[in-house]
Amino acid sequence: MKDFETPKLSRRSVLKGAAATVTAAGASTLGAPMIWAQNIKDVTLRQFGTGVSNLNEVAQKVKEDLGFTLEMTALDSDAVTQRAATQPDSFDIADIEYWICKKVWPTGNLQAMDVSKIKNYDKIVGIFKSGKLTPESVIAQGTAPHSVGFVEGPDSNAFASEETGWMTLIPTIYNADTLGIRPDLIGRPIESWTELLNPEFKGKASILDISSIGIMDAAMVCEAMGEIQYGDKGNMTREEIDKTMAIFTEAKKNGQFRAFWKTFDESVNLMASGEVVIQSMWSPAITAVKSRGIPCVYQPLKEGYRSWGGGIGLSKSLSGLELDAAYEYINWYLDGWVGGFLMRQGYYSAVPETSKNFMDENEWGYWFEGKEATGDITNPFGDVMAKAGETRDGGSFYDRMGAVACWNAVMDENQYMVRKWNEFIAA
Amino acid sequence: MGFFPFRVVPYRPFPVPRGRGYTIRAGAQMRNLMKNRHLSGWLLAAPLSVVLLCFLVLPIVMIVVVSFWGATEFSIYPAFQFDNYQFLFTSPVTYSVFFNTFKYAAITWVFTLLIGFTVAYFLAFHVRSLTWQIALFLLCTIPFWTSNIIRMISWIPFLGRNGLANSTLISWGVIDEPLEWLLFSDFSVILAFVHLYTLFMVVPIFNTMMRIDRSLIEAAYDNGASGFQTLTNVIIPLTKPGIMIGSIFVVTLVMGDFITVRFMSGSQSANVGRLISNDIALLQYPSAAATAVVLLATVLLIIAVLLRFVDIRKEL
Repeated sequence: MKDFETPKLSRRSVLKGAAATVTAAGASTLGAPMIWAQNIKDVTLRQFGTGVSNLNEVAQKVKEDLGFTLEMTALDSDAVTQRAATQPDSFDIADIEYWICKKVWPTGNLQAMDVSKIKNYDKIVGIFKSGKLTPESVIAQGTAPHSVGFVEGPDSNAFASEETGWMTLIPTIYNADTLGIRPDLIGRPIESWTELLNPEFKGKASILDISSIGIMDAAMVCEAMGEIQYGDKGNMTREEIDKTMAIFTEAKKNGQFRAFWKTFDESVNLMASGEVVIQSMWSPAITAVKSRGIPCVYQPLKEGYRSWGGGIGLSKSLSGLELDAAYEYINWYLDGWVGGFLMRQGYYSAVPETSKNFMDENEWGYWFEGKEATGDITNPFGDVMAKAGETRDGGSFYDRMGAVACWNAVMDENQYMVRKWNEFIAA
Repeated sequence: MGFFPFRVVPYRPFPVPRGRGYTIRAGAQMRNLMKNRHLSGWLLAAPLSVVLLCFLVLPIVMIVVVSFWGATEFSIYPAFQFDNYQFLFTSPVTYSVFFNTFKYAAITWVFTLLIGFTVAYFLAFHVRSLTWQIALFLLCTIPFWTSNIIRMISWIPFLGRNGLANSTLISWGVIDEPLEWLLFSDFSVILAFVHLYTLFMVVPIFNTMMRIDRSLIEAAYDNGASGFQTLTNVIIPLTKPGIMIGSIFVVTLVMGDFITVRFMSGSQSANVGRLISNDIALLQYPSAAATAVVLLATVLLIIAVLLRFVDIRKEL
C-alpha cells in the first residue's frame, strides 16, 4: 500500500501547495475557475465504479473539454463496495449505486458535496431530491435515492430526511428494471412478475445471483403471487426473508430455473442461446441480445419496476485543486453531453433537460417521451437499436420511472438475508 | 543415492597467489567453510525456504489469524472469537456444501484415474518407439495451450439445449426432446473437471510406468502370468507412486475449485470454493478465512491418508 502511494503523495503535496496559493490569490468561489486553468491540466482524478457508467468515451471527452485526466476503473458492484469501504486512498471519485452508498457512507470515506457549487442542482430530477418524480408520486419501497442522498452537514455521518444542501452522491445514471423475455419462444403476452415461477417455464427461467438484487426480484414475484405481503420489500423482516426463500427454494428443487447468472454476459448468453426464455435482466443486456438479431423484450409488468440509481461520490481525501477539479467534472457531467450519451443507451440522466440539447428530436422522442421512432435509433457506438415505427418497451420516462415499485436496497437484516441466499444457492 | 545428485566441490574461483600469509589464510578459511556440508546444505536450501516462508507459510498463518476476527458489514476488526467456526459448524449449508465438494472430488477422481491410467498404459507399453511416445505425449498437452476457463466455457454452447450435442442426437433420431441434464447439472460439472484434470493423472502415471524395468514384465510372462495378472501384480503395484501423485493433484484441484462449479452448474450448485468466494465478495473475510482453514485441514487430512498407502519418498 505505502510504496505505491509515495510518488502520488509528493505530486499531490506540490499541487496542494499550488492550489493554496491560487485560492489565496483569487477568492475561492466557483466563479473564477480560469485562474488555475494551467494547473488543472496536471490533475489526474481516479474514478472507479460499476461498468455501466465507467466509459472511456467519458474520460476522453473530459480531457477534451476540461483538460484534466480521468482514470477509469470498472469493477463489479461487490468489488466497488469493498473498495469504497476499505481503500479510501485508492480513488478520488467513486461512482456507486445508492444502496452501496448506504453501506459505505458510515465508514466516513466519502465527503459531502456543497450543492451551491452544483450549477444544475435545481434541474436535478425530483426522485433524487424530494423522492417524488411528480408532486403526486408515491415514494417506492427500498433504498430510495433521496433517503441516502443528503446529510446534515459536511462532516455528518447520518443521512438527512430532506434536502439540506449537502449531497452524498450526485446522481448520474438510473433506470427501471424488469423481466426480460423471449417473445418468440413464449408466444403469449406476459403481464405479471408471477410468470417467473410459472411451471409453464420450468427449466427455462433464471434469476440473478447477486443476493441484494436477486432477493428484490424474488420479492416482486412472491408479492405478485399474493403469497406474501411485505411491509417494505427493501427492508424485509427475517420472517419475510424466510418465506421468500422458501418459495424460491421449492421452485429451484422443482427444476424451475435453468441457471443463475452473475455477470452481464452470462445473462445475455442465457437469453440469446434460448436456454432461458424469462429472467431478471438489465436494460443493456436486452439490447445486446437484440443486436444479435434475436427478439427480446424488456417486459413492463403490472406490479411495476425494480429501480436503481447511481451517483458520483467524492473521496474524503480529495482537497484543494483536485477537489475543485472534481466539482468542475460534476458540473460538466450534469451539463448534458454525458446525459445524452447515456440516454442513447437506454439509461436516464439526472438532468434530462440538459441532455435534450445533445440528442436529436427523434432520439429524444424515442428514449424519453416513448414516441414512435421516426428513423433509425442508434446507440453512441453506431449500432441500430430500433427502426422507424418502433417504440421503447415500457413507454415514456414518466410511465417507466413513475411505475417504480421498489428501489435496490440494503436491508437491516442484510447478513441474515445473505446467509439465506447462500442456502438457496446451495439447496 | 544421496540427497544431492552432485558433490560439493571445494571453492577455488581463481589461483591464489602464494607467499602472502593473509591471503592463504583467507582462502583456506573459505575452503574450510565450503567443505562443511552442513553449512552448504543450509545455504542451498535457504532461497526456497525464504520464498516458501514469505509466500506460503505467512499467508496461511494470516488466514488462520483472520479466521478468528470479527466482521461488520463493511469492515473487519481484530478479535479472538469462535463465531465464524460456530456458524460454520452449525449451519446445514456447510455440510451439504462439503458433501457436494467430496462428491465432485470422488467422482472426478474415479474417472480421471481410469482414463489417465489407460492413456498412460497405452503410451508406456503399447507405443514402442520413443519418438512416437514423445509425440503422443505432447499431443495430450495441446489442450493446455489455451486457458482453463476457455476450455471449460467451450462446453457450454456444445452441451446447451440448442447446442451441438443435442441437435446431433436429435438429427440421428436418438432422442426427440433435447436433453436438459447435459448442461447446468452435476453431469456437466464433472465432465468439465474430468476434461480439465485428466492430464494431471496421465503425466505422473506415465512417468512411473516408463521407469518400470521391462525385464520384470517379461519375467512375469515367463512365469506364466496372464496379461491381466501382470497388470494387477506387477504394473499397478509399481505405478502406485504415480497414481498417488496424480490423485493428490486431482483431489486438491477439484476441492479448491470454484469457477468450474459456478459456470458449469449455472450457479445452481455450490462447493466450498464458492462459499469462500461468496463470503469474500460480501466483505466477510473472517468467515471466508474460517471456511478456508476448514477446507485446508480437510484436504491435508485426505493427503495424509493417501500417503499412508504409499511412501512416495521411498519410491521417487
